[in-house]
Amino acid sequence: MNLGTLPLVDQAVLVLAAMALFSAFALLAQSRLLAAIHVFAWQGFLVAAVAALTGAASRDPHLYLSAAITLGLKVLLIPWMLHRLLRRLSLERQADPLAYPALTLLAAAAIVVFADWVAAPVAQFEHSATRNVIAISLAIVLLGLLMMVVRRQALAQVLGFMAMENGLFLAAVASTHGMPLVVELGVAFDVLVAMVLFGVFFLQIKDSIDSLDVDRLSQLSASIERDEITEQRP
Amino acid sequence: MDRLLSLLLALLQPLALLAAAPLFTAVVGRFKARLQNRRGVPLKTPYRELRKWAAKEAVVARTASPLFRAAPYIVFASTLLAAAALPVWETASPGAHVADAIVLIGLLGLARFMLVLAGLDVGTPFGGMGASREMLVANFAEPALLLVVFTLAMTTHTTNIGAMAAATLHGAPVLRPSYMFALAALLMVAVAECGRIPVDNPSTHLELTMIHEGMVLEYSGRHLALMEWAAQLKLLLFAVLTVDLFLPWGLATRMSPTAWLLALPLLLVKLAGLALVLAVSETVLAKMRLFRVPGYLTLAFLLALLGLLSHVILESAP
Repeated sequence: MNLGTLPLVDQAVLVLAAMALFSAFALLAQSRLLAAIHVFAWQGFLVAAVAALTGAASRDPHLYLSAAITLGLKVLLIPWMLHRLLRRLSLERQADPLAYPALTLLAAAAIVVFADWVAAPVAQFEHSATRNVIAISLAIVLLGLLMMVVRRQALAQVLGFMAMENGLFLAAVASTHGMPLVVELGVAFDVLVAMVLFGVFFLQIKDSIDSLDVDRLSQLSASIERDEITEQRP
Repeated sequence: MDRLLSLLLALLQPLALLAAAPLFTAVVGRFKARLQNRRGVPLKTPYRELRKWAAKEAVVARTASPLFRAAPYIVFASTLLAAAALPVWETASPGAHVADAIVLIGLLGLARFMLVLAGLDVGTPFGGMGASREMLVANFAEPALLLVVFTLAMTTHTTNIGAMAAATLHGAPVLRPSYMFALAALLMVAVAECGRIPVDNPSTHLELTMIHEGMVLEYSGRHLALMEWAAQLKLLLFAVLTVDLFLPWGLATRMSPTAWLLALPLLLVKLAGLALVLAVSETVLAKMRLFRVPGYLTLAFLLALLGLLSHVILESAP
């Protein structure tokens, strides 16, 4: 495919998709929770822009609607809720550095190559100009999964989960010009409910173990106390 | 006639770069001073300094080996050779046929190698410290720079800088995600390679933070003049490289003095724009701790790698 023969809108879609991929990397590498929330909001904005541009290219009014839903939900409402949660748990200055940053980023680059390899046969049957975005969106989904694996902070894991949803939305927009509106509204509602539930969970976790580090959940609370007692003993 | 012109061009382009290098540094300094509400030094100050140093006696430490005396000449010559590989205002530059982008990076690597050896040679702690830091930066910066070149080479199918610029000029204007990432990576690497803020501060002699200044601390007289001139040339070289690879519009594609006359003012505007970008970034950013530099350069490497990947995924047919 010659990039020069594509209309400008499709070129812009490709550029925005590439930027969304970069934002997935930035989300993975960003150790400060507050900044990570901002990166997540930017990613949502880029995905919404892809949806709006695809709507403009295909003259499909319902894509504008899904872009608007994404904008309202992923760029404004969910980041705002996360912000509030962060303030409530007084985690604004909390950093959650990766244990092996270089290794994680290499794995992330390998995931992008893998996603391209997996998506190549799928993209062959597509005839839209933006079919290559499928590989990008698959990579964003897998990067979100990787983020959930490597991060210990529960809040960062939720960001990874939401980023996966961004990737799925991008795939739907790029390959089939969006899902039916009923499905889209359902997913949006799902994400919102998940966010509210996560908030409740966070408060519970914070109450019981006084931290959001989920590694500490693998121990029983009695054994933690016992460990602390043995540590205090000379 | 054409042969004569191309020979003239091969000589004229690097010499023009060499002559303009102190001015470019001064312009960056002037922009920066204005942004910080200072008046700044006159634009001819770097030239005066070079003349002053050239006139002074070169004092060499007793412990220095002959390598210490030879290093400034090698550093200067290899940087000048690297500059000769760049098309400055003419894409059919004869120098670019001899040396492509990879040779250019190699020549800069040779200059850096000699600079580092010279820093270690006298055996003072600052020289060694600067040298070790320089190698730390180089370890991360050079692969990223090579990846930038490879990313562009995948689109233009050549590593010859002149041919790369010509390919971008002749192709239809296209939004390429890979170019966007490569440009960001090149700017970040250039800042690190030229020892500017946030990686190194060229105007400091504070012991604990200096990299380049640490290595040339023992130099004086004409040796110092050559070292500083080479560093200024390297900064201009990266600016011209950025123009060649990413903003080649306006470069002359034919061997004719009239086309050159059109290309030169545009080049000056683009270089002034890049100087302004550098001055703004140096004003708003603070120098970072040395141990954060690998993280910064890893980001540059990642950007270049993403450029490569996005070329493969998005810009070529599956």
